[in-house]
Amino acid sequence: MWRVLIGVSLGLLGLPVLAVLASWLWLDAQLLGVWRDLAQTVLLSYSLATAGLALGVVVGVLVVGGTTALLVVYFDFPLRGLLAWALVLPMALPAYVTAYAYTDWLQYSGPLQVALRQAMGWEGALWPEIRSLPGAVLVFVLALYPYVYVLGRGAMADRAAALLEAAQTLGASLGQRLWRVALPLARPALLAGAALALMETLADYGVVSYFGVPTYTAGIYKAWLSWDEPAAAAQLATLLLLVVVLVWLAERRAQGRMRFAQSKGSQREPAARVKLRGWAAAAACAVCVLPVLLGFVLPVLGMLVRLLQTPDEVGVPWARFAQWTWNSLRLGLITAVLAVAAALWLGFEQRLRPTSWVNWVGHGLGLGYAIPGAVVVVGLLTPVLALQTVWPTNPMAALITGSVFGLIWAYLVRFVAVAMQSVQSGYTQLPSTLDDSARTLGRGGWQLWRHVHWPLLRRPMAAAGLLVAVDVMKELPATLVLRPFNSDTLAVVPYQLARDERLGEAALPALMLVAIGLLPIVWLSSRLNER
Amino acid sequence: MSTPAFNPLRRLLGLALLLASTWIGTAQAQGVLNVYSARHYPSDEVLYAGFTKQTGIEIRRVDADDAGLVARLKAEGQQSSADVVLMVDASRLWRAEQDGLFAAVNDPVLKQRVPRELQGADQGQGPRWWGLSTRARVVVYDPKRIKPEQVSSYQGLASPALKGLVCTRSGAHPYNLSLFGAFLAHTNQARTRDWLAGVVANMARPPRGGDTDQIRGVASGECGVAVANSYYAARLMRSTRAADQEVMAKVALAFPSLQGQGTHLNVAGMAMAAHAPHPQAAIAFMRYLVSDAAQRHLAEANNEWPVVGSVAFNNPALQAMRQTPWQADPMPVAQYAAQQGQAQRLLDRVGYR
Repeated sequence: MWRVLIGVSLGLLGLPVLAVLASWLWLDAQLLGVWRDLAQTVLLSYSLATAGLALGVVVGVLVVGGTTALLVVYFDFPLRGLLAWALVLPMALPAYVTAYAYTDWLQYSGPLQVALRQAMGWEGALWPEIRSLPGAVLVFVLALYPYVYVLGRGAMADRAAALLEAAQTLGASLGQRLWRVALPLARPALLAGAALALMETLADYGVVSYFGVPTYTAGIYKAWLSWDEPAAAAQLATLLLLVVVLVWLAERRAQGRMRFAQSKGSQREPAARVKLRGWAAAAACAVCVLPVLLGFVLPVLGMLVRLLQTPDEVGVPWARFAQWTWNSLRLGLITAVLAVAAALWLGFEQRLRPTSWVNWVGHGLGLGYAIPGAVVVVGLLTPVLALQTVWPTNPMAALITGSVFGLIWAYLVRFVAVAMQSVQSGYTQLPSTLDDSARTLGRGGWQLWRHVHWPLLRRPMAAAGLLVAVDVMKELPATLVLRPFNSDTLAVVPYQLARDERLGEAALPALMLVAIGLLPIVWLSSRLNER
Repeated sequence: MSTPAFNPLRRLLGLALLLASTWIGTAQAQGVLNVYSARHYPSDEVLYAGFTKQTGIEIRRVDADDAGLVARLKAEGQQSSADVVLMVDASRLWRAEQDGLFAAVNDPVLKQRVPRELQGADQGQGPRWWGLSTRARVVVYDPKRIKPEQVSSYQGLASPALKGLVCTRSGAHPYNLSLFGAFLAHTNQARTRDWLAGVVANMARPPRGGDTDQIRGVASGECGVAVANSYYAARLMRSTRAADQEVMAKVALAFPSLQGQGTHLNVAGMAMAAHAPHPQAAIAFMRYLVSDAAQRHLAEANNEWPVVGSVAFNNPALQAMRQTPWQADPMPVAQYAAQQGQAQRLLDRVGYR
């Protein structure tokens, strides 16, 4: 009975997606007119912008992430050790924070250009406008290349080692070894990382709205809010869903191939690194320093300077800042606990009863990470609006936006998948023979979980909780729309301040967000270096 | 069967519930006012604090932009816990009124203090929205490159003489939509479309940033002419930062006329939500916002013009703006607000981002 209840309530998490898809059922003449309007005016620009962004980001993260991973794994150069760790740092900054920081400093009327023009007597724009599609591509690449870097590095260090040695004994040159052995082996990992980066890009609202890039996510909110056409917003959302599902499928396939290719027990030292000297060493160092500099050091420094410059008449609102932090922490912790509990339950069910219907719920929820927050919001509110026409006094709406219930629901839809990945990878470390032995010793069922799995899963569980909590604290589009009273979070405040051209004041909450984002990074990186 | 296995989970879930419960507090208790505000000014904190000090009523807020508030109110329906709604653009107020989101308030204090033309329509039970303050949609220009005659009307923004010089924020922003709606109400669809297309053709760069960015653009030379709200200009004028002073030193202000009728004003306003759970507190708050002290604060701290004409305030920037004679476009809000939807469609047709 419990099983059914829990399984069904987890299945309810999929409701927003179904609601979005169901919006097509309301297709009538008026809606077709709206759709035609959309198609004639903005649909093309949305598609082009989204496609351009996607292409630029994928190519960018593959180049940056792949090159740095390659250099760090196979070569030795000055600062390699430090850079190997530091290259992950940009993951701590949400993309929109990087966007605000760069805009603040680099825009035409920003301090850098103004100072340079005055000093050198130049006129006009000194470099292309950062708030544009190429600028957005740059920001996303800088913020998201670590996905490719981490996964690629793991793959190259683990699997390629033995094969590279074999290739070397067969007389392959370094270049041939890298190009024909290492890279192809690492390709699934690199593509998985690129797919993750792409999903993040498609889900983003902060950067694209601030930069004025007309992507689907921006279009969804515009249709919902400015045009007051929730049904059109839902239809745009289904288009976006289609795209992200395709990307997600590609990522799953790549992940699957990664697991296949991974040889067990290959936690061995990679082959001795090739020592670089002279120009090559300097170049390698520079190539690896640049992403860290541009993706982490400069934005953080820029915000620190802004923070110190904040004029006295505004001051730093410490009391409200504490409130924002507390709100973020609460939301993050609650969601983390619930998501981890759900993931543990699903993982255990999958382990015990691999063919049960519960696993379909699990598979469905695994897609959640790919679904943009904007789509979830539309999926939550559209049925509420529809329900109101037949039952005006229903309490659903107040529950969804008046309490944290709706917000947590939206978070869970997206982030149970994150927890599940961690828990699932934890379970793959536990051979099933362990379960059998436990059973022969009299510990079956929940006893098995409590006394065998739980102690061994504590670490992946902690990792899952940390990742979910940080993801929740950085989340923007759903939080913007669904948060209840007095619930501004560290993610929402910089967005509002940046829109209000008060970037200096946005520095404090943004930096706090970065500090929080650093926690899993530090933890993750230290684990990477253990290998 | 006893389930010690649930203990860790139970403990964790208990923790989650405990944290969640910190939100459930004075949800519907007395002494609380729920405000949905699109006014994102730090100076408003003083207003809220002042009201709480005066009455002891705690204010709980949700901040969003105008459109987000409307979407939220609609989604929440009859169970919405919003009491007072503050918006920065009267066109949105009017539309929300048409959508039935506001309650009629027949309050003598409000009716006496807020000018008739800045109140919603009264159909017997009282208006449903009230203006709080006004700001003018002005033009900021580079006096070295532009002559004042070229920016004496909004129509002039589309003149070929200003090619490559015009900067505005996104056309879909409520301040701009309101202006375009007013233009549409004064003329007709064809002329408005031509005007918008002309403005787009004259743009120095695609719309980005807010009004202050446009002003800075003129100062830095990127733009020759920018459209901005008066309170942003006044904010820069009164700023103590050297950088802001430099910006204002390089620009000049003009109050263009809309088809000869006057400068377009953005009206910020308030309303009581249709299903407000605390109507008494709501009316008290609304009365407070039109009190002398609050109105003076709006003028002095946020550089807006108070709706209550009798309020004296000390704001050198606003007073300086009154030096050049200009008048406000007298067209009633309802008339131009009705055109906003059409204006929005025109934007997409001419490619005004």
